[in-house]
Amino acid sequence: MSEPSIVVEGVSKRFRLYHERNQSLKVALLRGRRAVVDEFWALRDVSFEVPQGSSFGLIGENGSGKSTLLKCMARILRPETGSISVVGKVSALLELGAGFHPELSGRENVFLNGAILGLPQKELQRKFDEIVAFAGLEQFIDQPVKNYSSGMYVRLGFSVAINVDPDVLLVDEVLAVGDEVFQRKCNEKFADLKSRGKTIVLVSHAMTSVHNICDRVAWLDHGQVKMVDAARKVVDEYVGAVQVDRTVDGEDGGERWGSGEARVETVELLDANGSSVSRIRTGEAATIRLHYRFHEPVDKPVFAVTIQTLDGTHVSGPTTRDADQVPDRLLGAGYVDLTFDRMMLLPGTFDINVSIQDYSCLHPYDFRHKVLRFDVEPGEPHESFGLVALGGRWARTEDTGTEETT
Amino acid sequence: MTSLADYRESRELLTHLTLRELRGKYKRSTLGWAWSLLNPLSTMLIFTIVFRVFFRAEAPEGSPSGLSSFALFLLCGLLPWNFLTNSVFGSLGTVIGNASLIRKTYFPRELLVVSQVASWIVSFLLELSLLAVILLIVGNMVLPLVPVVLALVVVLALFATGLSLALSVFNVFFRDVQHFVGIFFQAWFYLSPIVYSVDLVPERHAIFGTDVPLRAIYKWNPMAAFAEAFRDCLYHLRLPSLSTFAYLVTIAVATFLLGLFIFGRFEGRLAEEL
Ligand SMILES: Nc1ncnc2c1ncn2[C@@H]1O[C@H](COP(=O)(O)OP(=O)(O)O)[C@@H](O)[C@H]1O
Ligand SMILES: [Mg+2]
Repeated sequence: MSEPSIVVEGVSKRFRLYHERNQSLKVALLRGRRAVVDEFWALRDVSFEVPQGSSFGLIGENGSGKSTLLKCMARILRPETGSISVVGKVSALLELGAGFHPELSGRENVFLNGAILGLPQKELQRKFDEIVAFAGLEQFIDQPVKNYSSGMYVRLGFSVAINVDPDVLLVDEVLAVGDEVFQRKCNEKFADLKSRGKTIVLVSHAMTSVHNICDRVAWLDHGQVKMVDAARKVVDEYVGAVQVDRTVDGEDGGERWGSGEARVETVELLDANGSSVSRIRTGEAATIRLHYRFHEPVDKPVFAVTIQTLDGTHVSGPTTRDADQVPDRLLGAGYVDLTFDRMMLLPGTFDINVSIQDYSCLHPYDFRHKVLRFDVEPGEPHESFGLVALGGRWARTEDTGTEETT
Repeated sequence: MTSLADYRESRELLTHLTLRELRGKYKRSTLGWAWSLLNPLSTMLIFTIVFRVFFRAEAPEGSPSGLSSFALFLLCGLLPWNFLTNSVFGSLGTVIGNASLIRKTYFPRELLVVSQVASWIVSFLLELSLLAVILLIVGNMVLPLVPVVLALVVVLALFATGLSLALSVFNVFFRDVQHFVGIFFQAWFYLSPIVYSVDLVPERHAIFGTDVPLRAIYKWNPMAAFAEAFRDCLYHLRLPSLSTFAYLVTIAVATFLLGLFIFGRFEGRLAEEL
C-alpha cells in the first residue's frame, strides 16, 4: 500500500492545432515548413501519486484534460515535459471503441487486444469464454464490431481490459454507456481488483460512482491540478464550485420553462434547525422550501419536487397532488415546505427539480430543472451501497435442533 | 526487467499481427496461396511479352550456368523488387489503417511495420521456392547457393524495414507522401536492372559535355546491387562479389538504423496526428 503504483511528475502536454487536418507535403515544401497555427496546453505541470492497491478518480469539467492525462499514463500520448512511471502491466479502456479494429469480428478483436496487452494466445484461449460471457456477447462475438452498439463496444472492451489481469487499470468515462446490470458488474470487478492489490484510475462525471469507488481524487481544471485529496473532500469542493456556475447558467440557460402565471422564486434546503444549508446527513430531518409567487389567480395548482442523482436517475418525486393537498385557488406569494422527518438518502450528491403545474400535471406554469444541488453526508443509518436506505433490519437465528457431524 | 517482459509481449503481438496479415492475404480468395503466386507470374508474363517479343530483347546468358531465359532472368530481379514495394506500401497502409488501435491502445508502434514486412517475407520465400523449383527443373543447380540467397533475403528485409519505418511515419504527418513514394518507386523500378541487364547501361556517357562513369554510379543504387546479387546466385549460379555483399550489408544496416531512429523520433506523436 505504501509504494506508489503511478507517479506523475510535472507533466505538461501540448497539442498543435493546424489549419487543415491533413497536412500535405507539397504545401509544406512550398512554404518551407509545416503550418503551425496554434499551440494549446491541455495539461500543465500535473503531479500526483497513486498508491498501489487504491482507486484514484479524475474529475473536472469537459476539456479539462482528464482523457489526455489518462492517455499519457497509458503511454499513448507522449507528454512534452515531465514523466510518468507506472509499475506493472497497464490495461486501458479509453472512451468508446476501446482498441478495436472495426472491420474485425469481436472474436478477432479479443485476440488482438489480448496480444496488445501481451497475453499469450494459450492463456487468452483459456479466458476467452469468460471474457465473452462477462460482456454478455455470446451471440454476437463473430460479427464485425462495427455493427456493435456503443453499449456492446464498451462491454467487450471492459471485459477484455479487466480479464487480462492488469496491475493498473485505466478507465475513461465509459461506464455510463453500459446498462445498470453491467455497471453493477463493473463495480464488483473494481472492488475485486482493488482487493487483490491492483490500482484503478477512473475518469467519471458521475460523482456518485466516483465517491463510491475512489479512495482519492484529483480535480483537473483547465489542465492543472486544482486539488488532490480524499474522494469525499474533492467531490464536495467540486460539486460546490460547479453548482455556483450552474445557477448562473440556469438563469439565462434553457433549464427553466413554463407559461409563467406562477413562479418558483427560490428553493432552499433547511436542516433540522431551520437554517438554509447545502449539506445534510442521512437520517436527519430536512425540509425543501419552495418560495412561490402567483401573478394571476390559478385554480388547483400542484407543486412538485423531484430529487435526482447527478447521472439523472430519479430517486423520488413527490407532488402535492399525490398527497391530496391541492388548494382550490392561489394568488400572491408564499412558500411550500416538503419536510422529511428522516432524510433516507445515502451519501452522495443530488439535484432538485421543482415545478408548479396545473391539476392534470400536463401544463407547467414554471419548471426549474436542477435548481438546487445538495450533498448528503454519512449519518445513521449507515449503508455502503445504494441511493437510499430502506430501513431494513437484520436478524439472525441459529437452528437449535441440528448438530454438525464431522 | 521491464524490457525483458516488454520483449516477450512484443513478440506475442508481432506473431499475432503477422499471422493476421497472412491469414487476410491468403484466406480471402478461394485460390488461397496459389493466388499470391499468380501476381508475380502475371507481371512476369506481361514484361516477357513486351520486352522479349515486342522489343526483341535478348535473354542474357547465365555464366557459368549457361541458362538463357528472359522470363527467369526477369523473375530473379522482380521478386526482390516486389518484396520491397509490397513491404513499403503495405506499411504505409497499415499505420493509417490501424489508426483506431494507435489512438486507443499502447504497443510498440514499429510492430505494425515489422509485422507487415514479416508477412511479405513469407510471401517472398514462397515465391523464391517456386522459382528455385523451376530453376532446378530447367537444370540450374541452385541448391548450394540457397544459404547465400537466404542471407540476401535477411539483408534486403532489413533494408525494406528501415525504408518502411521512415516512410510510414512521414506519411502520417503528410498524407500525400504516398503519392510521392508512388512516383519515386516507379522511377526507381526503371532505374534498377529488373527488366533489363546492367550490361545495357553504358560504361561511360557524356552528360552536358562531361564524361560521366555512368555504370559505376548506376551500381550505387542499392536495388541495382540487390537485383544483381540475387541474379548472381539464382540465374548465373555464382557468388556475388564480396564488395557487393559488404556494400549491401552496410547500406541495409544503415537504412534500418536510420528508419528506427526516425520512427522513434515521431512515434510519440502518432496518436494525436492520426
Ligand atoms: N488530439 C488532439 N488535438 C488537439 N487538441 C486536443 C486533442 N485531444 C484533446 N485536445 C484538447 O485538449 C483539451 C483536453 O481534452 P480532454 O483531455 O479530452 O478533456 P476531458 O477528457 O477532461 O474532457 C480539450 O480542449 C481538447 O479539445
Ligand atoms: Mg474525456
